[in-house]
Amino acid sequence: MSEISHYSELWTHRTPKSRLLRWTGWVALVALFIWCWQLMTANTIWYFVTDAPRQAADIGSRMFPPSLAYIPELMVPLWDTINIATLGTVGGVVMAVPVAFLAARNTTPSATFLRPVALFIIVASRSINALIWALLLVAIIGPGLLAGIVAIALRSIGFIGKLLYEAIEEIDHRQVEAVSAIGASGAQILSFGIVPQITPAFWSISIFRWDINIRESTILGLVGAGGIGLKLQASLNTLAWSQVTTILILILGTVIVSEWVSSKVRRAII
Amino acid sequence: MTAEATNYPSTWRRPPQVFTTRTTRYALYGGIVLYLILASLSIDVDWQRVYIGLERGQRFVMGFLQPDFTSRWNEIVRGLTESLTMTLTSTVVGVLISVPIGIGAARNLVPAPVYYVCRSIIAVSRALQEIIIAIFLVAMFGFGPFAGFLTLSFATIGFLAKLLADDIEEIDARQAEAIRSTGASWFQLVNYAVQPQVMPRLIGLSLYRLDINFRESSVIGIVGAGGIGATLNTAIDRYEYDDAGAILLIISGFVLIAEYGSSTIRKYLQ
Repeated sequence: MSEISHYSELWTHRTPKSRLLRWTGWVALVALFIWCWQLMTANTIWYFVTDAPRQAADIGSRMFPPSLAYIPELMVPLWDTINIATLGTVGGVVMAVPVAFLAARNTTPSATFLRPVALFIIVASRSINALIWALLLVAIIGPGLLAGIVAIALRSIGFIGKLLYEAIEEIDHRQVEAVSAIGASGAQILSFGIVPQITPAFWSISIFRWDINIRESTILGLVGAGGIGLKLQASLNTLAWSQVTTILILILGTVIVSEWVSSKVRRAII
Repeated sequence: MTAEATNYPSTWRRPPQVFTTRTTRYALYGGIVLYLILASLSIDVDWQRVYIGLERGQRFVMGFLQPDFTSRWNEIVRGLTESLTMTLTSTVVGVLISVPIGIGAARNLVPAPVYYVCRSIIAVSRALQEIIIAIFLVAMFGFGPFAGFLTLSFATIGFLAKLLADDIEEIDARQAEAIRSTGASWFQLVNYAVQPQVMPRLIGLSLYRLDINFRESSVIGIVGAGGIGATLNTAIDRYEYDDAGAILLIISGFVLIAEYGSSTIRKYLQ
């Protein structure tokens, strides 16, 4: 009966020890934040920061009204942008499919040698942003649509490859076994046992990536890789803010339409 | 009956999976081919330039294989410090702002006007790309990591507040009902019924966003918002591919560490 007195009168969620630990964690986070903040703002010119509302008002007043006369000039770059995204996605898919089959544990021909190579390709493609790919490719193959398409394609390999190889690893093995039980060759197992199972995932992933690529391709022009971003860069450089507004509205519209298309198609597939 | 059985085809053809009627299928194939032809026509490739660029590409690959970490080490360290500090501060600030907005965007907690205001803040933040926000914020706040910090904080709100709001809308309503029936106020309801249910996911999402913010911080430097992207841009502009190779390897390394670190912690938390 005397043990009861050890317990606190009040109910608490955690023991004192775990509470102390949590508080230490939070204090450490705050300290880290303050330290990072000081490091980051060491070279900040605060005059520019306090001046920002005035600058914002200035830019805002120059941005409106958007220049509607500029729209016809934007149609060709917009078409280019859509082409960069679509052809880039096609290129990415073509390169990603073999990589995915090499990376999936159940279809790879050699788990010790080819699988790590495929995984490395996926990781390398994913860790570098499309804009950086474009920056490199513009330096190598020159400014233009091709650099944008190749950048989008290279960036897409990682994304499509990763999601596709995960889909391949999650297939129903009984179907593969059934197909192989009737004496199918390796290629026939692939074609009749595995491919039908991953087809919906494949289309859904490709269209999802296409949607992302539309977004990304709108800005690739900032580094010279063609499309509507090129016009954005030109308008920014000449401080033609009303044209910038027009371009931004157009980009926003394109992104919304592509998102709508992608969600419609994906819902129809799954 | 037996006579009919003999009429079955002796070969089996795989039934079409998505488009069952032949005409729609052929129309679709025709459309795709037509589009690919039209799209390919819009690419204007200067093969002379590509040929010249190949030599550069070779130099770039050589630079990648023999990265030069030493000659611009100070600038790399400065860029990386900016990127890392920017990542942490913007994630912390972004999370702090997105929690109230996320709560405000949950239909089951707030009245309709608050819901619509918060959802539109989220929509604006999600619609614009980081790099476009960065362009504007650099124009307002001047070059440097402070503009980058603001960009990433703003982008974090759209991502985190949306996912948090969706999560709050899916909580177990019976727990909220139980707390409410004890006569709890709205703040007590949020603290005792909602917070315990969404906290693990909120921490997981914050860590995921930390990872995304680092990736983005390496890109927004291209438009002047500080960080390692600025260093990379300088290196490529100066045709110093061995430096660029070193920077890209560092970025990839950090992205990998961030991705595996954040996914491991998230697995441990859930």
